Amino acid sequence: MNRKPFQRRVYWNEPELNWWESFYLFEIIRGLSITGGVFLRNMGRWLTGRKGALTTYYPEETRADYAAHNRGKHILTQRPDGRPQCIACNMCATVCPAKCIEIEAGFDPEDAAHPKYASRFEIDYSRCVFCGFCVEACPEDAIRMVKVVPDLPGSDRGDMWFKRDELLSWMPQADVAKPYPPKAGGRDGGTP
Amino acid sequence: MRALPIAWAVDETVSGGADFSNDTWWLVVVKAVAIIVFLLVSVLLAIWFERKVVGRMQYRPGPNVHGPFGLFQSMADAMKLLFKEDVMVRAADRLVYVVAPMISVFCSLLVFAVIPFGGTLVPSVLFSGFPGIVEWFGDRSYPMQIADLNAGLLVVFAFGGVTVIGSMLAGWSSNNKFSMLGAIRSASQMVSYEVVMGLTVVGLILIYGSVDLGEIVRQQSGVLLGILPAWGIFYQPFGAVLFMVAAQAENRRIPFDLPEAESELISGYFTEYSAMKMGLFMFAEFIEIAIIAALFTTLFLGGYNLPYMSDAGFTLPGGHFIAMSHGAVVVTQLLVFLGKVFVLCSFQILVRWSLPRFRYDQLLRFAWKFMLPWALANLLVTVVAVWAIRGAGA
Repeated sequence: MNRKPFQRRVYWNEPELNWWESFYLFEIIRGLSITGGVFLRNMGRWLTGRKGALTTYYPEETRADYAAHNRGKHILTQRPDGRPQCIACNMCATVCPAKCIEIEAGFDPEDAAHPKYASRFEIDYSRCVFCGFCVEACPEDAIRMVKVVPDLPGSDRGDMWFKRDELLSWMPQADVAKPYPPKAGGRDGGTP
Repeated sequence: MRALPIAWAVDETVSGGADFSNDTWWLVVVKAVAIIVFLLVSVLLAIWFERKVVGRMQYRPGPNVHGPFGLFQSMADAMKLLFKEDVMVRAADRLVYVVAPMISVFCSLLVFAVIPFGGTLVPSVLFSGFPGIVEWFGDRSYPMQIADLNAGLLVVFAFGGVTVIGSMLAGWSSNNKFSMLGAIRSASQMVSYEVVMGLTVVGLILIYGSVDLGEIVRQQSGVLLGILPAWGIFYQPFGAVLFMVAAQAENRRIPFDLPEAESELISGYFTEYSAMKMGLFMFAEFIEIAIIAALFTTLFLGGYNLPYMSDAGFTLPGGHFIAMSHGAVVVTQLLVFLGKVFVLCSFQILVRWSLPRFRYDQLLRFAWKFMLPWALANLLVTVVAVWAIRGAGA
């Protein structure tokens, strides 16, 4: 039995404690005063009516640091007469990687310019990945994404299907992409 | 009572001590039920309090949904634990498996039987305006303590020592290697720190000459060195620190939570426990926090008394005496005891959420190579000092 005696390996980043630190008690007191100080500071904030936490209460509060170009919930743009701009071409539903857009086309003989419209337009937010491909694919600028995130928390997953009328919440007075209100005589009310 | 040279201001007439024999059985039952209900409620509150405090420490709000300030959160948790499926491990030793959590809680609760949470209650003085009550109680007096045993401190250590059997049995009976490891760790840790805890208290017993907790509290209402209150922490400052550390190690919470170290042993000795059986272990843990606080208060911080205060009133350092009515004394003592326990519980919560966990070899080395020698040195100094002050052979 000539086993080598155990030798503890010395690591290159071995911490070196001076006697003060290795006495441990004072360093413990220092640690306790750090956490205690944080506690007192936050408690003081709560007691004076401010919020002493970094937490954002998710459904009730909105974080202030969303980017201006954040891809939040979808909106369907409208013609000046209030009808959706969507022509039910299904491009967005085709390009959608999550396959979460469902469109049903309707026929409107009264509008000669756009006889085909979306009678049903639903987005399943339980599957949407917020990639924005639908916005890029749309030839009519009918679907956009806004900064506001959809109001998803609920007790039923069926509530995560957003119907067409909920998506038709776009009510601008001015718009960067289109003259609004549209020029008189424009064929489809939007394109100059 | 033998008057001590150090605690010279103890009032002999006040600290007569109540007689345990005139306690009727129903009074003991009332006190026991009151204490147990109080403990159950305060455990729920303590869990809420701890989570709230930790939230503050970590920039979180803590529980805030159920009830005002989230107060009912722990009640909801307890409800959930009660209604959960109680999984019985098929390979477990059934009897021991069921009994183990009961032992833990039972011993924790029993320790509170001997801790005095107030001085002596004399109903005939308290209700002196009501002749019927005065006549009913006569000249009887009741200590505000469930069992006024003259071996109180020994009872504390006896039942504190039995608590470890609960965790050992739990780990052994659930037939799981993680539980087993947790139980072994728990056993060796508890045995190591029990020694240190005992040794730190021996010095105090020498000074007070008594293991009766009520007597110890009464002796602490005097004055030390003409100005300081005669609290145990001034007699034994180093012993108090050692006692606090050892007591927290006994409680098996971070930084001493090796028996249940989540990252190593899943959940340690109660890995296989579910529903309220696991809840009982958590319950025992929180009662132990209160026990440590109450014990430290009783031994080192003058128990239920304010500085210089006794059952009759304040005896200030200059010898000036301020009398207090009996009702005021009773209310003050109860509130002061609760306040001290609350502060010490908060300190333990602060420690638990600030410090990282020991390695296991560090833990045992700390007990045997640091705590034990210093506890012995402390005891030695105390013995020599007591011998020198009281006079050799006196």
